[in-house]
Amino acid sequence: MFDSLTDRLQDVFKRLRGHAKLSEKQVQEVMREIRLALLEADVNFKVAKEFVSQVQERAVGQEVLQSLTPAQQVIKIVNEEMVELLGSKENAVNFSGKLPVTIMLIGLQGSGKTTAAAKLARHLKSKGRSPMLVAADVYRPAAVEQLKVLGEKIGVEVTGSANQKPLDIVEKAVKAALKAGHDTVIIDTAGRLHIDSEMMQEISQIKKRFKPQEILLTVDAMTGQDAVNVALAFKEQVDFDGIVLTKLDGDARGGAALSMRAVTGKPIKFASVGEKLEDLEPFYPDRMASRILGMGDMLSLIEKAQSAYDENKAAELERKLRKQQFTLEDFLDQMQELKKMGPLDQLLGMVPGLGQKMKGVSFDEGQMKRVEAIIQSMTRDERVNPNIIGASRRKRIAAGSGTTTQDVNRLLQQFKEMQKLMKQFGKLGGRKASRAFPFQM
Amino acid sequence: MAQGDKKEARKDRKEGKKLEREQRRAARRSSEQEFLRETGEAAGELGEIDEAALEAEALGYAAEEAAAGAEAQSEASEAEWEPGAEVEEPAEPEEARKGWLRKLREGLSRSRTGLTMPLSRALAARRFDEDFWENAEEILISADVGLPMSVEVVEAVKTRLTALKVKEPEEALQAFKDVVAEKLSVGETGIKFNPDGVTVILVVGVNGTGKTTTIAKLANYMHEQGKTVILAAADTFRAAAIEQLEVWGERVGVHTVKHRPGSDSAAVAYDAVEAAQARGIDAVIVDTAGRLHTKVNLMEELRKIKRIVERKVPVTEVLLVLDATTGQNGLIQARQFKETVGVTGIVLTKLDGTAKGGIVVAIEHELGIPIKFIGVGEKMHDLLPFDPTGFAEALFS
Repeated sequence: MFDSLTDRLQDVFKRLRGHAKLSEKQVQEVMREIRLALLEADVNFKVAKEFVSQVQERAVGQEVLQSLTPAQQVIKIVNEEMVELLGSKENAVNFSGKLPVTIMLIGLQGSGKTTAAAKLARHLKSKGRSPMLVAADVYRPAAVEQLKVLGEKIGVEVTGSANQKPLDIVEKAVKAALKAGHDTVIIDTAGRLHIDSEMMQEISQIKKRFKPQEILLTVDAMTGQDAVNVALAFKEQVDFDGIVLTKLDGDARGGAALSMRAVTGKPIKFASVGEKLEDLEPFYPDRMASRILGMGDMLSLIEKAQSAYDENKAAELERKLRKQQFTLEDFLDQMQELKKMGPLDQLLGMVPGLGQKMKGVSFDEGQMKRVEAIIQSMTRDERVNPNIIGASRRKRIAAGSGTTTQDVNRLLQQFKEMQKLMKQFGKLGGRKASRAFPFQM
Repeated sequence: MAQGDKKEARKDRKEGKKLEREQRRAARRSSEQEFLRETGEAAGELGEIDEAALEAEALGYAAEEAAAGAEAQSEASEAEWEPGAEVEEPAEPEEARKGWLRKLREGLSRSRTGLTMPLSRALAARRFDEDFWENAEEILISADVGLPMSVEVVEAVKTRLTALKVKEPEEALQAFKDVVAEKLSVGETGIKFNPDGVTVILVVGVNGTGKTTTIAKLANYMHEQGKTVILAAADTFRAAAIEQLEVWGERVGVHTVKHRPGSDSAAVAYDAVEAAQARGIDAVIVDTAGRLHTKVNLMEELRKIKRIVERKVPVTEVLLVLDATTGQNGLIQARQFKETVGVTGIVLTKLDGTAKGGIVVAIEHELGIPIKFIGVGEKMHDLLPFDPTGFAEALFS
């Protein structure tokens, strides 16, 4: 399994405790580790080399900041450079120009164009646009049907038929879109190999004739070293405006994103992060950087914790924890604070070292909602002192929260165990325990 | 839609598509196919496809390097999207960022050829020094072999060369090919048939690796070998997956067992086996929905399909379809699928592109899963039995 970069760097830095500056040799050792991490993440080896030498230039002779350990400092530099390279701002779709705005998706077979097209249509529809999907994949069996089924699900009109030429399909579609009052046309093209010149010609022709405002290259996040060849070939032969990175819900580190951005200079505009048609996100360079480095997104986590967590509340909670006065009320509070930060599995994935271990553990957000409902169905007294909850109160709480008495029992049981745990925690010595509390920064 | 209409539409589509596609691509394909069939013996011809690839790339690079316009154009398109999004950011860091991006890109274009450098060129140095070994390692890495495995291969070659006192670069190249081929000759490559009853082949993989197409090719391959085959459309999740398999089934001339979209995939597989038993058919190939190996429930579903089928007959083959463009994640995928359903073989698809699929070296070495077939195109005949020697040749060409 991949070691996280943080762990590796920490190893290297163990040997340089107490140094005020990073020496060249130390930096080199560190750079080697970074290069390894990049290669493991499928960053193209040339890109990795160039990237590391850039980082090295910045790192040599830097003074170790007092607030950071050397490891943190190098990671900070790497992170900054990578975020910059990945594109430091959101890249919106270009909607200027003649109506209908035409967006064309291109890419290799199996990169996820059809699904991405539907997701994009849904995304744009939710933003108030009126999109139409065009199925211009006349080669793969049932590709047109696939898009039609997806279109139906999201309530977007789909045109296209398998026994026409792609060029004609698009021509008709654009006319039909204008007539029907659609302001956006999304063209799903057939998957093609970048070395198949005839097939590449086909999309060039579509481009020439219809001048799409956006041509998006769809790329699988699992792509390896070949990503650069693919991206360059598509750039030279067709040219595109941005990249859609798909299948990011897997555990691939996605170094292809960095490679492609580096060799083509094209921004990554969207990330597809799940099976559902809502699972299309704008691209976040900072998250991607941490992911490529395999080190969890600590920066985002800290930021999220800071923005979501009220400092006074944290202090109060800490006091209660120490005095073992933690009630269900506080529990509910904490859960709500946590929820403000984002989906739980995403949060845990951000914790360095935990990301790998949590793999395969799926979180049931529904469970959390049920727990919340149960606590909310309790009276204040019950929340502060759960011991008073007898059989009839349990029945009432279950009915109020739409759960069963078993669910209520389970929660009360779990809460008791938690209190026990906290007692032990408290005994460890209040001061130390509070230091370990993550939201103190 | 009425069943009749659907069939008609499919027929039309099929015919139109066939004609158009075949005409356009026949010329190019025929030479490729021929070459690919002979991958094993005719080492000399191996260069063909890669040459084509290199040519395309060279063209690309040339265009990029010659026409400063291309660069300017890309800058311009960058400029187009940047100002819109940029509101509060000062101009200076923006300049710096661009500078660094350009610098990196220039650095890369200087050594563009290095992105796909064949080992033979690296060997021109005629000296086995640090540079040579570093080059060799990079070639392996660029083929997605992965760093740990690349280091291992290089070390093995080093030892071999010292032992044999090799001086000539050509021999070194041969040593590389041999080492890789040996690592790829772990298990049996053919399809394992069930000696007493229906043979069930379960085809699994992540999304978009080419499972359905591979199944069509495999059905055709077995069909041509005189086996009777039926297909089970157990991908009931993806839109139109059933239709896709059915179209292929018709082309190959085999029956497809299907249920409605969204129905239980294990039930489809079970019914297909039952149908095969009733009709005395040799093999059932089960198409499953693409799933990421990280999705616990979906992996469980796969386990269930296998379990249900095994109430009837043992599953003798579980084929993992792996896309050759996949990088290091391929190893994790293979490990996860092996743990869940006991993968017995790998089909490496999309080798007709520029990706080399080197991750299979690590997979076969580490997990002991043999590669059984390779996919080299979108046609029915574009499936070949895996040949370690040919694959190793291609890796270094």
